[in-house]
Amino acid sequence: MGPQTIIEKLEILADAAKYDASCASSGTTKRNSSGGKGIGSTEGMGICHAYAPDGRCISLLKILLTNHCVFDCHYCVNRKSSNVRRARFSPQEVVDLTLSFYRRNYIEGLFLSSGIVKSSNHTMEQLVEVARMLREEHDFRGYIHLKTIPEADPELVHQAGLYADRVSINVELPTDAGLVRLAPDKSARQIEGAMGKLKSDIVEAKDNKRRFKHAPRFAPAGQSTQMIVGADAATDADIVGKASRLYDNFRLRRVYYSAFSPIPDASAVLPLKRPPLIREHRLYQSDWLMRFYGYQPSEVMQATEADGNLPLDIDPKLAWALKFRERFPVDVNRASKEQLLRVPGLGVRAVNRILASRRHRTMRLDDVAKLTVSIAKVRPFIITADWRPVLLTDRADLRALLAPKTEQLELFAA
Amino acid sequence: MTALQHVKLGTYYVVALPEADDFDFWRERARGLVQCDVPPDRIAWVEPGGSGSLFSHGDRRLPVPPTDASPVRASKAFVQLAKSAICHSDPERFALLYRLLWRLQAKPRLLEDGADPEVRKIDELARTVRRDIHKMRAFVRFRLVEGEGEEAGEHYVAWFEPEHHILRANAGFFVRRFANMRWSILTPRGSLHWDGSVLEEGPPAQRGDAPQGDPTEDLWRKYYASIFNPARLKIGAMLKEMPRKYWKNMPEAALIPELVAEAQSREAAMVAAGSLEFDERPETFAEIDKAIHGCRKCPIGLLDNHAVMGEGPQNAAQGFSGLMIVGEQPGDQEDLAGRPFVGPAGQLLDRHLEQAGIDRRSAYVTNAVKHFKFVQRGKRRLHQSPTAKEIDTCRWWVESERAIVRPKLVLAMGASAARGMLGRTVSISKARGTPIPLDDGSELWVTAHPSYLLRLDGAAQEEQCRLFDADLAAVKERLAELSA
Repeated sequence: MGPQTIIEKLEILADAAKYDASCASSGTTKRNSSGGKGIGSTEGMGICHAYAPDGRCISLLKILLTNHCVFDCHYCVNRKSSNVRRARFSPQEVVDLTLSFYRRNYIEGLFLSSGIVKSSNHTMEQLVEVARMLREEHDFRGYIHLKTIPEADPELVHQAGLYADRVSINVELPTDAGLVRLAPDKSARQIEGAMGKLKSDIVEAKDNKRRFKHAPRFAPAGQSTQMIVGADAATDADIVGKASRLYDNFRLRRVYYSAFSPIPDASAVLPLKRPPLIREHRLYQSDWLMRFYGYQPSEVMQATEADGNLPLDIDPKLAWALKFRERFPVDVNRASKEQLLRVPGLGVRAVNRILASRRHRTMRLDDVAKLTVSIAKVRPFIITADWRPVLLTDRADLRALLAPKTEQLELFAA
Repeated sequence: MTALQHVKLGTYYVVALPEADDFDFWRERARGLVQCDVPPDRIAWVEPGGSGSLFSHGDRRLPVPPTDASPVRASKAFVQLAKSAICHSDPERFALLYRLLWRLQAKPRLLEDGADPEVRKIDELARTVRRDIHKMRAFVRFRLVEGEGEEAGEHYVAWFEPEHHILRANAGFFVRRFANMRWSILTPRGSLHWDGSVLEEGPPAQRGDAPQGDPTEDLWRKYYASIFNPARLKIGAMLKEMPRKYWKNMPEAALIPELVAEAQSREAAMVAAGSLEFDERPETFAEIDKAIHGCRKCPIGLLDNHAVMGEGPQNAAQGFSGLMIVGEQPGDQEDLAGRPFVGPAGQLLDRHLEQAGIDRRSAYVTNAVKHFKFVQRGKRRLHQSPTAKEIDTCRWWVESERAIVRPKLVLAMGASAARGMLGRTVSISKARGTPIPLDDGSELWVTAHPSYLLRLDGAAQEEQCRLFDADLAAVKERLAELSA
């Protein structure tokens, strides 16, 4: 077998990278290539340049430098004991690919990760080298996300932050016990230690930037992490709790959830059945409740059912409202923003529009309907000038009324 | 002197815009017209290429506002919205903007009222335009051409078809991003050319003017296909953000149908690669029940469903008559209930069994395939027939059941059930009515699946019901003979 071509390597190393959920290219500083030698710009909002049939956005060239790995994490397709094809890019090859994709407007930038070869330090050096070449030799001003390796020398991790817009370290599993069982070579302490170091570097750089105009940037788009859902026995309450601790302790921009999906040549320790994708979706919804709707993590946990998991048939906001019916109905014409944000079916945008509109008119049910997607969902929880839900919030079958209708009778199956 | 003196009463005015997205021109004219107190219904706004027939007799000379006219007021928010909305292709946009400007004079905070129909409309126009602008930034695909002679060097050229008049509004983005690249964007509404320092506008172009390919697209397509995870198909989510109308100018989109079609088999292959041979044959119902719940030997087991075990008496002491009835697979209701034949087809079966004088409680009832195979269509789970390979995989379980129950007669309903018993496909119409000997000495009888009867109507249904009843009657008779 001759040496692998670029396209063969790309196939293997993109395939190996697809279990990373993040593809975000947002939240970094504004910059462009005017006055420079190279190409690239970032304007705050990220751009999704394509969508794959799995519904995920393709914003960055997301690849591994290599999928050779000395670790043996059971959930990972690239683990040492896995029987997948292996490949390895040189830093120059990654640089060339990134630039030629960027020039054709396929991508916003690069998301580079890697299996561990030789040593953690060696691997981290290679990752940093790619980012350095892009920034220094090609004056590339697009987005760079580097996955950093918690076991590597902190100085190398620090360098990654100097070139990258975002850095991330995966916590991998929501519980330490899960990590011990499924990722025997990783340590929760080491992961959190590295995240803590990144956080203080980010804070320090922000602070310096305020005082000195030419202070170096350090990961202006912050850090993020990813957790695998469904590979161990952690409940949604565990996961939400873990995520909120991570947000608090490390000021993460995002916690990504990745529903465990069957991987080729899976390890026998794993469940072969995937968790329902909707579970991942419910976790993201709960994440939004905490980040944009003013819910405390403890409140999201209140929405879980007896088994500690969020209901799959209804969203967590509705689940919370059904548990705390005494807080409803809310008067659309008088309630505070915080109260309105708790109404199932009212999003942040609808709430803002209601607050602006009600200065001009007394809101009737019709008016609210114009500002929301589905008035039917909102109606049981609000009072308007011409509407008051009579006893509706007391109905025992309210959940059934509001939950998405279950499937029609299946005529043609046994 | 008041403004009204400049306006000829009862006159209609026609304003012809030089460009479809010329906000400054619109603002200039609109300001003057408001100052002259010309109500919205007396103005026709005509864009290039648009028809002005409605007001063809209107006056193209606009009134001149008096020098002491009070200034026209418009909030910042309105100007922002209007700059976007004017790029929309809706020919009514100029008039809508003028109506809002007109109303803003009396009600400066009008735009806050999101429930007002005209405010909603301009909001919607502006949002659509912003989305189109965003999608153009996302979906433009440059192709490299090597220039010759004076034009030597790399030149990146894209063909794009925006829905609205957004080309000019978007120029800045591409200039900032690709400042040191020579590029052109060609569209049916006009074109942009950047040489690294100067931006030029060009006439409308055609698809044929743009290069037809670029070798790097092979790499990009390979990336697109590889980054896609076949184990999590979400076509709706993709279509929402990348509607089909954009596909024709995106090199990677041609792969989508194939990727979708192959997704299930790729997922199955992933699972199969990780699967092992069956262990020892289970010897009790409890063992089978437990094992099928953990069975992932085929992709059906990976769907969001539950295994459904057969049910009924297992020996003569429990009232077993020696009849085993096999269907295809659990349906939606069976999956939810965890019991075989409880849905519509099951109820139909019950009625026919009763008519034939067969007591269902004396038969062992099960399915050839243990999990419900479906595709999600919105909120519904639509039944999918199992493939031959899936049925064959599941034979292990139904045979384990048969080995325990040891029926004298097996009634297979439908082609899937027959395959589950025989390991080969038979034609129902040919195989029905005569017993097929099975290797353990029992007999297999084949008939239609009750869901088939449910799908028919009229004479065809009557005919098939008659055949079904005849098969049941024959089974009852034969079972009595075998038991005697």
